[in-house]
Amino acid sequence: MSSSSISAPFLVRSAQRGGLRSRLRALADAAVTPLTLDDVLDSFHPLRSGTDLRGRIVAVQPETADAATIVIKPGRDWFGHAPGQYLQVGVDVDGVRLWRCYSLTHGPRPDGHISITVKAIPDGVVSHHLVHRVRPGQMIHLQQAAGDFVLPMPIPQQLLMVTAGSGITPVIGMLRNLFSKAQAPATDITLLHVNQAEPDSIFKDELRALGEAGKIRLVEHFDVRDGLLDLARLEHLVPDIGTRTAYACGPSGLLDALEGWYDERGLALSTERFRAPTLTDAGEGGSVTFAGGTVVEADGATPILDAAEAAGVLMPSGCRMGICMGCVLPMKEGAVRDLRNGEITVAVPGETDPGGVKIQTCINAPAGACHLDH
Amino acid sequence: MTTITRKQQNPTAHLTPEDIEALGAELDAIRQEVLDSRGERDSAYIRKVVDVQRKLELGSRAVLLFSALPPAWLVGTAGLSVAKILENMEIGHNVMHGQWDWMRDPKIHSTTWEWDNASPSEGWKHSHNQIHHTYTNIVGKDNDLGYGIMRVDEDQRWHPRYLVQPMWNFINACIFEYGIAAYDLDLGRNLRKPKGDRAAGMKDPEFQRRAKQTLAKIRKQATKDYVVHPLLSAPTGSLLPTMAANAVANVVRNLWSHSVIMCGHFPEGVETFELASIPEKETRGEWYLRQMLGSANISGSKAMHLMTGNLSHQIEHHLFPDLPSNRYAEVAPKVQAVFEKYDLNYCSRPLVPQVYSAWHKVFRLSLPNGWMETTNKRNLPSQLKLLYKLATGDRKTRRVLTRALEMKAKAQREYAAAA
Repeated sequence: MSSSSISAPFLVRSAQRGGLRSRLRALADAAVTPLTLDDVLDSFHPLRSGTDLRGRIVAVQPETADAATIVIKPGRDWFGHAPGQYLQVGVDVDGVRLWRCYSLTHGPRPDGHISITVKAIPDGVVSHHLVHRVRPGQMIHLQQAAGDFVLPMPIPQQLLMVTAGSGITPVIGMLRNLFSKAQAPATDITLLHVNQAEPDSIFKDELRALGEAGKIRLVEHFDVRDGLLDLARLEHLVPDIGTRTAYACGPSGLLDALEGWYDERGLALSTERFRAPTLTDAGEGGSVTFAGGTVVEADGATPILDAAEAAGVLMPSGCRMGICMGCVLPMKEGAVRDLRNGEITVAVPGETDPGGVKIQTCINAPAGACHLDH
Repeated sequence: MTTITRKQQNPTAHLTPEDIEALGAELDAIRQEVLDSRGERDSAYIRKVVDVQRKLELGSRAVLLFSALPPAWLVGTAGLSVAKILENMEIGHNVMHGQWDWMRDPKIHSTTWEWDNASPSEGWKHSHNQIHHTYTNIVGKDNDLGYGIMRVDEDQRWHPRYLVQPMWNFINACIFEYGIAAYDLDLGRNLRKPKGDRAAGMKDPEFQRRAKQTLAKIRKQATKDYVVHPLLSAPTGSLLPTMAANAVANVVRNLWSHSVIMCGHFPEGVETFELASIPEKETRGEWYLRQMLGSANISGSKAMHLMTGNLSHQIEHHLFPDLPSNRYAEVAPKVQAVFEKYDLNYCSRPLVPQVYSAWHKVFRLSLPNGWMETTNKRNLPSQLKLLYKLATGDRKTRRVLTRALEMKAKAQREYAAAA
């Protein structure tokens, strides 16, 4: 069955060892065809090396009423990560596999576990599932860590972190990593942490403890107490702001304002943006873009298959009534509407299966712009 | 069976076009109810079946390593047969219908699944999902009706070669997976073409590609069952017993799936259709109606439904081929209520009568129309003589004699009705 890029190192390794091992492997595959040996071993040891990357949930620690840290034991092929990076996880919610990105909140740990901290956002199916429903022992699917929101080496003398809400998640990973070392770093860190109110401030005890121990200077800002953060007060909150290497993570509004502030002064700022929750503005009809670059316009009542064929695109097809699955193609991005019952299917890069969401082109019409991998 | 349009009493004559559309809307509502409640229990179900099937197959094959011992042979062969049946019916058939595509699990998806069968999934999806499910029971269009090798309808002209069709049907049942592979390749249709066309057909690059794919699949399957596993068993002296066990498991699976599939569209009471009678733009309601009348169910226990891959709910499957198989049982009463409301025949019987009915039809149609009806113990010798004449006579003799037989059967029916 499908082999992903994850298994490539294994194949290369086994090819190098060559000879007996690869012959044994070929024999095992022949003994279980049409499955592969991996499919069989997955039933017994899903975290082993050489298979799709997965993780086993080892603990779910509540942080606030609507946030929790999920500690995960990753599969053997986990390459590791740098604090500040994020992770794409695939979770089965009501039987459907959905993918989302979350920041890693622990630096590399001695037990090899990793963690993400998730805040349940309104209407967030995956975040609610992770915060309130997952249990230790369950498996989730993983991609390798990614993202360049990481501290440079050597670590700058003076650092400023500006975080808002769950924007603290990549930064807590950085801080935990720095202070877990035997020798505390000789870095002067200021953390400006913005939250709506105290009760939903994730990691507040841990951050305050770091502050009290003199390891960081913590500036807490609560909107309900202090009013919305006014950037004119930035220099008041952080007097030496101009000399600090700055990192910021939070909602787009704040980051846009901060970037403007830094630009005006000709200073540098590294940011990590969290994608705003997807609002499906599913329209009627739209443009279908194919991998080759062809763009086909279709109205809301014409199946993608018909519209594409009419425009001369060579399409796989079958029964043309939604029953034979002969026309299924992966949608990388966008939304389509099922012409039989009006149901909307959405694909958002980073939030859906890395391979795209497979849709039947014969009974779906575009609902806004969509990209097909074909 | 006669196509629905040639019947004296068309079972759909009492339905107005509005009725048919209303019936379609009711079935759409049943489908939507399942879609709306589809979720974790369904995905847990298929994952469980896949897991159990894999472990059962692995366990049985492990036992067969010692199949020189008769009890191990029996246990291993039985386990492997059940595992192969589950793999083909409840898992393979249904996954390839896209019943589980909604889970977005690339490992259990119609576009990636390959099954333990002689036919590669790609070809099967075309001939089964596309041709059979779209043109269900349309004579001449749906090859599943008699797989192109049998006479399944009174309207098909009788020919002496049909006399051996019960034997063909039995041989096909034993080697069913290869029969399906040939059928997916349209091999039969190609072989019936005149010589020149046949050669051209065989040289068609698309045919050659698919034929190559099928042969590669068969080679892999055969290597597994008849080379690799027997060799693995050789150290315990179980080479031949393992080979035999694998062969038996394949035949058991073939006989079983053939029986189940015969029950789906063959038994008495199932309707067939003429292509000419199908409107060019068939409405959803009209399509549903054809599926309703063209399929038959097997009633029975939960185990029966599981082992048939829920094709025991053939009617529900044909109405909603992409709904998860584990939900057919719960929609069946609702579907049956729609049949009753619109005064249609919901054809459902236990396995044995359903298989009997299908085989009875194979036998009946192997003989000229009216022959069976007009034969009794007393006139058997003269009827056999007549059959001999029919089988050996030229086309004209055959036509005259068949016509006489049909008249006689008709008179007999009218007499019985009057009495």
